[in-house]
Amino acid sequence: MKLTISVSPHIRRDISVKRIMYTVSLALIPALGGAIYFFGLRALYLTLISCASAILAEAFAQRIMKRKITIFDGSALLTGILLAFNLPVGSPFWIPVVGSAFAILVAKQAFGGLGYNFINPALAGRAFLMASWPTIMTAKWSAPVLPLGATQSGISAITNATPLGVIDLYANNSIAISQLASNNTLTKLFFGSVGGCLGETSVLLLLIGGIFLIAIKYIDWRIPFSYIGTVGILMQILYKFGITPADGIFHILAGGLFLGAIFMATDYVTSPITHKGRWIFGAGCGIITIVIRIWGGYPEGVCYAILLMNCLTPLIDKVVKPKKLGEKK
Amino acid sequence: MRVKSFSGGVHPREFKYLTSKKPIEKIPTPKIVIIPLSQHTGAPAKPIVKPKDKVKIGTKIGEPQGHISAGVHSTISGTVRSIEPWTHPAGPTVLSVIIESDGADEWKRLIKPDYESRSSTMGVDESLTPFQIIDIVKRAGIVGLGGAAFPTHVKLSPPKNKSIDTIILNGSECEPYLTADHRLMLEKPYEILEGGKLIARALCAGGTSTSGGNAKKKYIAIEENKPDVIKKFKKLAPEFRFELCIMRTKYPQGSEKQLIKVITNKEVPSGGLPFDVGVCVQNVGTSFAIYEACKLGKPLIERVVTVTGNVKEPKNLLVRIGTLFKDLIEFCSGYDGEPGKIIMGGPMMGIAQSSDEVPVVKATSGILVQKVNKLSLPEDIPCIRCGSCVKACPMGLLPSKIKDYVKASKFEEAKVIGILDCIECGSCAWACPSKINLIHYFKYGKLMLQKTS
Repeated sequence: MKLTISVSPHIRRDISVKRIMYTVSLALIPALGGAIYFFGLRALYLTLISCASAILAEAFAQRIMKRKITIFDGSALLTGILLAFNLPVGSPFWIPVVGSAFAILVAKQAFGGLGYNFINPALAGRAFLMASWPTIMTAKWSAPVLPLGATQSGISAITNATPLGVIDLYANNSIAISQLASNNTLTKLFFGSVGGCLGETSVLLLLIGGIFLIAIKYIDWRIPFSYIGTVGILMQILYKFGITPADGIFHILAGGLFLGAIFMATDYVTSPITHKGRWIFGAGCGIITIVIRIWGGYPEGVCYAILLMNCLTPLIDKVVKPKKLGEKK
Repeated sequence: MRVKSFSGGVHPREFKYLTSKKPIEKIPTPKIVIIPLSQHTGAPAKPIVKPKDKVKIGTKIGEPQGHISAGVHSTISGTVRSIEPWTHPAGPTVLSVIIESDGADEWKRLIKPDYESRSSTMGVDESLTPFQIIDIVKRAGIVGLGGAAFPTHVKLSPPKNKSIDTIILNGSECEPYLTADHRLMLEKPYEILEGGKLIARALCAGGTSTSGGNAKKKYIAIEENKPDVIKKFKKLAPEFRFELCIMRTKYPQGSEKQLIKVITNKEVPSGGLPFDVGVCVQNVGTSFAIYEACKLGKPLIERVVTVTGNVKEPKNLLVRIGTLFKDLIEFCSGYDGEPGKIIMGGPMMGIAQSSDEVPVVKATSGILVQKVNKLSLPEDIPCIRCGSCVKACPMGLLPSKIKDYVKASKFEEAKVIGILDCIECGSCAWACPSKINLIHYFKYGKLMLQKTS
């Protein structure tokens, strides 16, 4: 009889990092479907290239650093999908290759691999691309191939820009703004038939994945809730004061807020571990997003907001602690 | 009735159905028993018998040393064969008394059994004073039977400046697989409640006068997953002036500090004990043992053990202390498949054994066998900071952070963020998707702190 001795507990929950990564990837499939529907097959190609490069970059890095090869744990795949979702559909095919390589090699493996990176790799990859090839990353917007609304007047002239780009550029053009603020636009934003990055346009499809992940408790609802809530409420207030031409609803539906709030701000490794910390993190992301959108140089601020809050995460975790049972008050 | 719960905790699969419907069976008196002289928290008892001495059931063979210690009794009648170190199920070898049975099953009782004069009643002699009760409990060698094995007479004698106003009988039994308390509550409800009354009476004086008869609240806590027991106690508890508390089925619901928080909303201060908030928690098995000691003059010589998992016939057994694990497993028709792990206790906090030739001790609530191909020995990968452990921790700690400090040998930092508050319930490690052996780090960190202080 050969008995094993090990420390308790002797049973473990039926869950693994691998399963979490693949499940989150699965939750992005509706949005991927939407991307293909709205932007055509090129969206799929970009995503596949991005994933393949991320996985290859991971294999390369782990090989030369003599680490265990863990390319099938799903984390590189997820980074690949998320990076692709942050690209405009008109990007040349080498863009996701370079972006993924940066994300995996510099943002992730250089810091020690999964669990040790301090910023979200996919967002780091996107920021790198934004800084290096700003024209490709912002000028290659493409109108959705299958717009839901029939009317093309008014904003049709600027349809190649994203809705947030419109309010940034045309803030003083009352016709363009009034068109944007119409219900029709809000519907389009919700369903996704607007210009933007691949995976960010359809709020509905992102929500399907997000609600699924929240329901099975793979992500904490506190981050998306506080993030989107902060943006919605504060933007509505700023709108009332005339500081932004669009209202709170427009601001939460437009841009990459849902993609960022549900799938990137909730990245375990780079967000706080406590409930309270997550509230702070989400609200912080919201405030930085608002500041960038209104006063910053870019029309959209989700990417940088999350990256900046990623950098604050260690501090939040140092300061915010749960209340211990029996702790002296 | 409102179902009560605490924050944190986990929901492992229970597998209590394996034995929850099986009545307690008495295992035949073993031919040989190995009785360790340390089966309790505190100083080991000193042997007071020599080889070839004749002993009866209940003969004291180990004398407690100091206040926090407990006496040890022979659990069969026969002859002392030897006194030698033997592998203890909770750790290294311990000096143990090995006794061979003479088959006579003769008794030596602590007091004249009450039933001879008052056979018709369940009740215990009302004339017993608190001091007498505590004395009997001490002489009976009773310790907490929930697992910690803290000497019960110490718990019943709080310091003079602490007064106990709340008594909780703990029938939560939150560890998966275990059903020993479940069956005991179902089969011996009167005895348990009588024992509860004795505890209340003992604490009226608590050995001192200041904590005078003020046990205002008496509770019995049972988890929701035992509806048959709840039904029984709903009727019975009020007769004994006990309030029934139905607890949500969640691990570690039966942990002392969690139980106190849930029932009284009081928090045992960090580093403190339940009497600091005026509460005394006793396991239902302990309560039963107190009853048997005071009513029948029985020292703690046997207990209920759930033998479960990969044995052919899982059972609840009434076992003499000192019986070898392998005898129990044989009585359950042997192993089902090749055993890979034999665990004393439940799967969350139990201790993996190196052999099946270890004796049942006072703290053995169960024996869980896992077969080789069912072992859960996952390889750990780096923490992904998902926060599962933080959510699971019933003490409100940051397990992953404590682990980081211990791993970096920063024991003082680990202490600052509460490593000593950790109850080692295993919830964090159970929940961890990276399969990190968190409890290993906590035990190691505590040990290192102990060494340096």
